[in-house]
Amino acid sequence: MAKVIIALGNDISTDDIYPGRYMATVLPTETPQFAFADRTDFNTRLKAREFPAGSIIVGGENFGCGSSREQACSTLKGYDVVVVAKSISRIFLQNSINLGLKVVLCPALEASEGDALDITDDTVINRTTGKTFAQVQMPAARKGIMDAGGLIPYTRARLKARG
Amino acid sequence: MGMTVAEKILARAAGLPAVAAGDVVEPRVDLAMSHENAALVINQFLEVFEGTGLAPTIWDPSRIAIIFDHRVPAESPKTATNQKKIREFVAANGITKFHDIRGDTGGICHQILPEYGYVRPGYVVVGTDSHTTTHGALGAFSFGIGATEMASVWSLGYAVNIEVPETIKVVVSGTMPPYVGAKDLILHIIGTLTAQGANYKVLEFHGETIRRMSTSGRIAICNMSVEAGATSGIVPGDEETVRYLREVAGVTDDIPLTTPDADARYVRTVEVDVSKLEPQIACPHMVDNVKPISAVAGTKVQQIVIGSCTNGRLDDLEIAAGILRGKKVAAGTRMLVFPASGRIFAQALAKGYVQDFMAAGAVVMNSGCGPCLGVHEGALGDHETALSTTNRNFKGRMGNPKSEVFLCSPAVAAASAITGVITDPRNN
Repeated sequence: MAKVIIALGNDISTDDIYPGRYMATVLPTETPQFAFADRTDFNTRLKAREFPAGSIIVGGENFGCGSSREQACSTLKGYDVVVVAKSISRIFLQNSINLGLKVVLCPALEASEGDALDITDDTVINRTTGKTFAQVQMPAARKGIMDAGGLIPYTRARLKARG
Repeated sequence: MGMTVAEKILARAAGLPAVAAGDVVEPRVDLAMSHENAALVINQFLEVFEGTGLAPTIWDPSRIAIIFDHRVPAESPKTATNQKKIREFVAANGITKFHDIRGDTGGICHQILPEYGYVRPGYVVVGTDSHTTTHGALGAFSFGIGATEMASVWSLGYAVNIEVPETIKVVVSGTMPPYVGAKDLILHIIGTLTAQGANYKVLEFHGETIRRMSTSGRIAICNMSVEAGATSGIVPGDEETVRYLREVAGVTDDIPLTTPDADARYVRTVEVDVSKLEPQIACPHMVDNVKPISAVAGTKVQQIVIGSCTNGRLDDLEIAAGILRGKKVAAGTRMLVFPASGRIFAQALAKGYVQDFMAAGAVVMNSGCGPCLGVHEGALGDHETALSTTNRNFKGRMGNPKSEVFLCSPAVAAASAITGVITDPRNN
């Protein structure tokens, strides 16, 4: 069980998650400091390591829309958070899988900040409200990359197989 | 079962006789583009090879394009150092399609690729930039990816585990009214579909209006297809595509075209008649918050921006210069113009557009992304408003979360520069 540390609306853009002015910073060790930089309070709490690993960011529809900047995923991965959203934009979803940021698709999700959620293999259970919501499973095409631990090990295995 | 353009291109690139939406394929990549984020791609690329005993080797350096545009000239030592690292990598790996910070061959990646004939109809193009959808304007299947996915492409030469997307057919009819153009059309389409209406899908553009439209207009439309969530926007290649590639890009070899089958399957068809379309404005803070100009005319603006991969081409500058010629930018409003490439800058000089802009009081800047992504060259002050021909208006996009960005066509931007408020160019 983990807590929802922020519940966001629809169309949360990569400019919101990782503002463009920090794009010259690319190293996964350095990007976390700028997570949601323009949401000053939340950014401060993240940087203070107030939230344990596995804490949940709830998104609405089209989470991560906009830019292809991978920093929007590495910045969140730096805090070991889980993104549970009604839907996720294509590039952000693919980047998350490629980098090993845990994302869960849950189209009917109802959850507020502070709620406690259990994420099972195929549902999200809101322990605070007692409601259970179905997950949409990742397509098999993406599962292979997830099972390999991300796209770098996946590609490395392809290279090795080729010799 | 017939195939859409995207299906035909992916089938060919995957070496399959046919594919259908939902199939998972591994298409060979014809062109792989990056800008300054190549610095991150290089890191990931080197990491792929770690522990393999293999030397890091790019599958085909001639198919990689790297263009500096996002932060040019560098705004910080960090960017300058990233650019230096990329230059060294480019030289060491024999990457020839490299466009450095230069006044002759430099420019915005999405302008350079068409201008230099790097993209052809039927190509699979990937780019570490979401606006890579642009190159569907030349009949390619072109989509944005992240830096790690690009590192995988550099290593393997193909994209792994690509799902063939469904296609939405957009049929556009009618003649554009004066001062209404491709930008207004795509803003209208995004407003209709919403920011997620084409998520995981392709927009394939058809109709008499598209057939008559220049490649420049098609670029604007495909460029912003991603703002409806589309994986790619595609105008099937035609005579205009061939004309552009021959006359502008200087292509001399064969240009085979890929067109959809008559019985191709579309998930949805959207019909648009432009004959009564008003200039369209995307209002803060979402690109799909689109209104006809009459709804927001009179809104005061402190900064006007003309340029970007969406609207920094010669015809964009021509219409704006025509409106500004002999007039002045309003006091209290500043205007920035960014030609999309060095070549366009030179053409705008030769035609006198740059002189028109400067005489009016606009500042003409070097080619590049400028303030579009909020890094430098035109950040907004607290509670300021910009009116811009760029493609995004998310909160904070132009460098300040306490500011607002409205998006419009070059004609609206120029007419509004004169008055200092959002102004319908048809009332000039």
